[in-house]
Amino acid sequence: MTGFKRFIPLLIVLLLGAVFFKSMTDGHNPKEIKSVRIDKPAPVFSLRLLADEKIQATDAILKTGKPVLVNFFASWCAPCRAEHESLMTLAFDKGIPIIGIAYKDDPIKSQRFLDSLGNPFAQVVVDRAGRAGIDWGVTGVPETFLVDGDGIVRYRHWGPIVGDAAIGRVMAAVEDLE
Amino acid sequence: MKHLFAFFLLVLAAALPATASDTPLKDPVQEAAARELMKEIRCLVCQNQSIEDSNADLAKDLRDIVREQVALGATPDQVRAYLVDRYGDWVLLKPPVNRLTWFLWGSPFLVLGGVLIAVVSSRKKAAVSEPLTSEEQARLDELLRAAPESDQIKGSEKQ
Repeated sequence: MTGFKRFIPLLIVLLLGAVFFKSMTDGHNPKEIKSVRIDKPAPVFSLRLLADEKIQATDAILKTGKPVLVNFFASWCAPCRAEHESLMTLAFDKGIPIIGIAYKDDPIKSQRFLDSLGNPFAQVVVDRAGRAGIDWGVTGVPETFLVDGDGIVRYRHWGPIVGDAAIGRVMAAVEDLE
Repeated sequence: MKHLFAFFLLVLAAALPATASDTPLKDPVQEAAARELMKEIRCLVCQNQSIEDSNADLAKDLRDIVREQVALGATPDQVRAYLVDRYGDWVLLKPPVNRLTWFLWGSPFLVLGGVLIAVVSSRKKAAVSEPLTSEEQARLDELLRAAPESDQIKGSEKQ
């Protein structure tokens, strides 16, 4: 064995160690499933408004010419409570309109949830059967999508938006559009 | 006591999810086709189970969708495409062969090919040798002629 060759196994071990260390520490959640919706038009939907069951809202409410966040939430979902404060910040401090989609939730309970914690949503629609959630590729609530002014999905935040770092990531995605 | 039992039954019934129906299709052929498909679809909540095995709410919804589509006459490929469109290839427990997965499927053959090449080339190296030059040949002849003598020498050394 020449001088260099004998160090090859050591190099391999060090390289693998670096790869494992990086994937352990980069904050990546292995359960997170990559969204296939990114850079594709938002799914078509027609759902009743939480505020008025006679009014159907369609995906047209996403095409306002400005970036819009779409947040799937439910009153029965604990992480949604945890992220609520962040949504209030995004809506009122950062001025980003948020469309809420109440996922598999009793509209009365959704309303009570918003009454007690505050309502960060410009509009709330009701996805009682969870079919809109499936169309968006949602695997669990909360999940948040950023839709650009033309109705194209540009970013997906998986799980609750908690903490400044998470808000920062969402804001960075919004700023990327501008 | 009877009342208490009835109460528990009610509580149990209330705990069961009301939204997902999970009723089998009437046509047994269609139901069998739907079941086959369910075995191939990953539950996105529990992740290492198929939706046929999983009790998660989302798995129930996906089972309903599979049955619904099969009842409408969708082919297995169409049902798969519907789900892949929403959740990506990952929703299929068996990854399809495509641009992103060719390495995954091809790697056993690549390794096999590599091993074959290594084996063949090492054998070649061992088999092929340079023909002897006339000088070497002369030396070899000389050594062979001297061989019996050297045997004797060895024999004497032993003693």
